[in-house]
Amino acid sequence: MLTILFDGVAYGMLLFVLACGLSVTLGLMNLINLAHGAFAMAGGYAVVILSNNYGVPFAVSLGLSFLISAVIGLVMERAFYVHVYRKSHLEQVLFTIGLVFMSVAIADYAMGSSQVFARTPEALQGQFNFFGVGIGRYRLLIIVICGILTISLQSILVFTRFGSQLRAAVDDQRVARGLGINVDRIFALSFAFGSGLAGLGGALGTEILGLDPTFPLKYMIYFLIVVAVGGTSSITGPFVAALLLGICDVAGKYYSGSVILGVKVPQGLGAFVIYTIMIVILIWRPHGLFSRATAK
Amino acid sequence: MDQTTLAKHSADSLAARTRWRPLEILFWLAAFATIWLAPTHHLLLAEIAILGLFALSLDLILGYAGIISLGHAAFFGFGAYTAALLAKFEFINEPVLALIVAGFAAALLGFVTSFLVLRGTDLTRIMVTLGVALVLREVANQNGWLTGGADGLQGVTMQPILGRFRFDMFGHNGYIYCLVTLFVMTMVARRIVNSPFGLSLQSIRNNPLRAAALGINVNARLVVVYTIAAFYAGVAGALLAQTQAFASLAYFDFDRSADLLMMLIIGGTGYLYGGVIGAMVFKIMQDYLSTLTPQYWLFWIGLLLVVIVMIGRDRIAGWASPVRDLLLKLDMAIHRTRTGS
Repeated sequence: MLTILFDGVAYGMLLFVLACGLSVTLGLMNLINLAHGAFAMAGGYAVVILSNNYGVPFAVSLGLSFLISAVIGLVMERAFYVHVYRKSHLEQVLFTIGLVFMSVAIADYAMGSSQVFARTPEALQGQFNFFGVGIGRYRLLIIVICGILTISLQSILVFTRFGSQLRAAVDDQRVARGLGINVDRIFALSFAFGSGLAGLGGALGTEILGLDPTFPLKYMIYFLIVVAVGGTSSITGPFVAALLLGICDVAGKYYSGSVILGVKVPQGLGAFVIYTIMIVILIWRPHGLFSRATAK
Repeated sequence: MDQTTLAKHSADSLAARTRWRPLEILFWLAAFATIWLAPTHHLLLAEIAILGLFALSLDLILGYAGIISLGHAAFFGFGAYTAALLAKFEFINEPVLALIVAGFAAALLGFVTSFLVLRGTDLTRIMVTLGVALVLREVANQNGWLTGGADGLQGVTMQPILGRFRFDMFGHNGYIYCLVTLFVMTMVARRIVNSPFGLSLQSIRNNPLRAAALGINVNARLVVVYTIAAFYAGVAGALLAQTQAFASLAYFDFDRSADLLMMLIIGGTGYLYGGVIGAMVFKIMQDYLSTLTPQYWLFWIGLLLVVIVMIGRDRIAGWASPVRDLLLKLDMAIHRTRTGS
């Protein structure tokens, strides 16, 4: 039971790191970016190539995957995304679906269509027993890394000058521009950083999520759920949403097919429950569970 | 302008919208001519007609009412399963009747879920429509005893259309069936979008707030058009299930909704024929590209989407404007000689 909770938390934190960049881009530029998963996939393949083919130590390749995805993100933002901010949501959806399709085909071409895994160090494999709770070493690592990231993201957002500029820009872009804040620069930086985080998440997640060319399509809906349910006005909203989603998903997968209190839980109930909860929450609060009412 | 001339003027302008354009007549003549001219391509053409009808359904809500949906496959799949189940358990043996029933089943689903898309922003709508399609897919997956689960619904035998025309192996009758359905449904859609109701939808698309201020009940209109669109999508799905005697979970897939959106965008939104034209271009391109590069045709589709957005849909529509102007002049000339003014 607690092991499931633990795995769920690890999964949820991973989802948060993957999706928080998306929440920033949506909140800041009102951009619906369905291609966010492509950056995560880039990070995942980077770590696989680096650690499997070139023998780069795992920790170093994690860092490099962040950098690689961030650079790709920066280039894409400056080259393409800047042109679609002012366009309608429909065009943004079309554009980013196009990017997803291209990334899927490119990954298929370059890496083959089968699932790949990164070679993790011996020390991170297996699990140990902690007061009767089975704890996977790799999942513990994920929780530690993602926890540190979350805390530092929150502190950057709350305590630094960049963070307050970012929050100002999210709240009201025009006024922020009027106050002399360079919103474009902030956006380019946060887009790159968000892509980098997605890359890191993708790199960490090869063990848990699996990595194949359809990754951006498969997890698109998960990232969107985190953002849509969590709202875009803070990072605590997506964080809580990601944790909820992670725990529900792991529990749903674990208990499906088993018998609880004499009732057989059908196979694949988890997915069903998640989508239903998402729809209900969105009907109840269309701007997300934790959003403040903004006068936009 | 006093009251009566104003009323006459608006009635005239409404009538002018419903008038048959020469190009429209040409389009349908060409479409029906393929029955005799391209007998070897009937399977592909049937698929194009079905996808065209499906895209028309999306055009009704996207092109006319401005609702972005990424889960329109929900109604397509629902109609398909309804039609396949009706045939399999021999509840309704006659395909045309089953087609209509499947359409109404999808319309009911559309009516119920339409209330979900009334609230919220574009993102919320995308998520909710996507969610509905995914939930339905799971439901179909769960109830394997009824739907066959992941293997798809097999063992469907179709009875002859109207008790006379068999679904033959080469798809000749199937194609004629699809084409006639497409024609009838397009005519009905033509009527709908050119009615005052259709005009009110376009005003909602352009500015919901202003439309509401004009006394249009925005939510009620959206519910109605969403239900109608669901009916159309259900009929399209049912057509596919009937012509292939099969239904599968893939009918609910996100890819299907995304492809659909793409077809409509290629063909252009808001003039009814965009869906069919887009389906034609899409299918032919898919055919060509997948023989060229079987695995990677997705790349070219993606590239096409990116290019369309980068160039801008308005600009692409602008390239066609000389042709459109010419046709408009021709149309006016024909109209003038006919009315003798």
